[in-house]
Amino acid sequence: MATRTIAGKTVEVNEEGFLINPNDWTKEIAVELAKEEGIPELTEAHWKVIEFCRKDAGATGKAPTLRRITTAAGVSTKDMFALFPKGPAKKVARISGLGKPEGCV
Amino acid sequence: MAEENRKIAFICSKGDLDMAYPALVMGWAALGNGIDVTIFFTFWGMDLIRKTRQDHLEIAPVANTSMKMSMMGLKGMDNLGIPNLLGVLPGMTAFATKLMKDKMKALGVPPVSEYIQMLVDGGAKLYACKMSVDMMGLKQEDFVDGVLGIVTAGDFMDMTEGAQIIFI
Repeated sequence: MATRTIAGKTVEVNEEGFLINPNDWTKEIAVELAKEEGIPELTEAHWKVIEFCRKDAGATGKAPTLRRITTAAGVSTKDMFALFPKGPAKKVARISGLGKPEGCV
Repeated sequence: MAEENRKIAFICSKGDLDMAYPALVMGWAALGNGIDVTIFFTFWGMDLIRKTRQDHLEIAPVANTSMKMSMMGLKGMDNLGIPNLLGVLPGMTAFATKLMKDKMKALGVPPVSEYIQMLVDGGAKLYACKMSVDMMGLKQEDFVDGVLGIVTAGDFMDMTEGAQIIFI
C-alpha cells in the first residue's frame, strides 16, 4: 500500500490513487485531487455532489454509482458529465476520498 | 497529453428485450470510464430508439434453449426447459417479458427508454442505419431525441476510425 502527501497531509492510497481511508479526507485534499482530475476549481455545484457522495458512502459503506447520484442527489446526467467530464462517478469518488464505485448502472 | 481518447462503437442489430441491454450496459460503463461511445442501430436494433417501440420490447420463450423452468421461480429446475409447445400459447411471450422486466426493476436497471436517454445525456452518439430505415419506411421523427442522424454503413466506418467495434 502506497502513501503520498496531498495538500500537506500524508495519506494511504491504492494503486489507482483512491484514498484507502475516507476519514483521511479533507476539503484541501479534494481541491488537490480535483486538479489532478482536470478540474481547476471546485464550484458550489461540485461541492454539492461531493457532499452527497460523502454522506451516501457514510450511510451505505460504498461510493455511489452515477445513477445513484443522479437519482438520489437530483443532479442530472448531463450536469454530472459537465461537472466531472469523462467518467463522473469515478472522478467524484476519487475527489471525495472514497473507493471506486462498483455496480453496472 | 496529445494521446487520443479511447473509442468504442456498438452495432445493435437485435430488438429482443434481452439483446437490447448489452450495448446499453456496456455503453454506460464506457462513458463512466471516459471512453467515447458511438452506437449504430440497424435492422431490429432500431426498436431501441423508435419512440413507439422502445418500451415494448419482448423476450420470447419459443426456441430459447436457455430459458428454463427455474426462471419462473420453480426451484431446482435449471435444466427443465419450457416446452416450445407451451411457449406458443397466447400470453407466454408477455409473461416471460413481464418476468424479465420485474427482475430488472428489482435490480434497479432502468427501462430501455431511460437508458437511451442516460447514454445521450452522457454524450454517446446515436445513429440509425440508412438501409434499414429505407426498408422499414421509417423517418428521423420516428426516433427519439438524441438520435443524431440516419447514416450509411460507409459513414459508420468513417466515424468509427480507430474505435473498438462490438456487434450485438
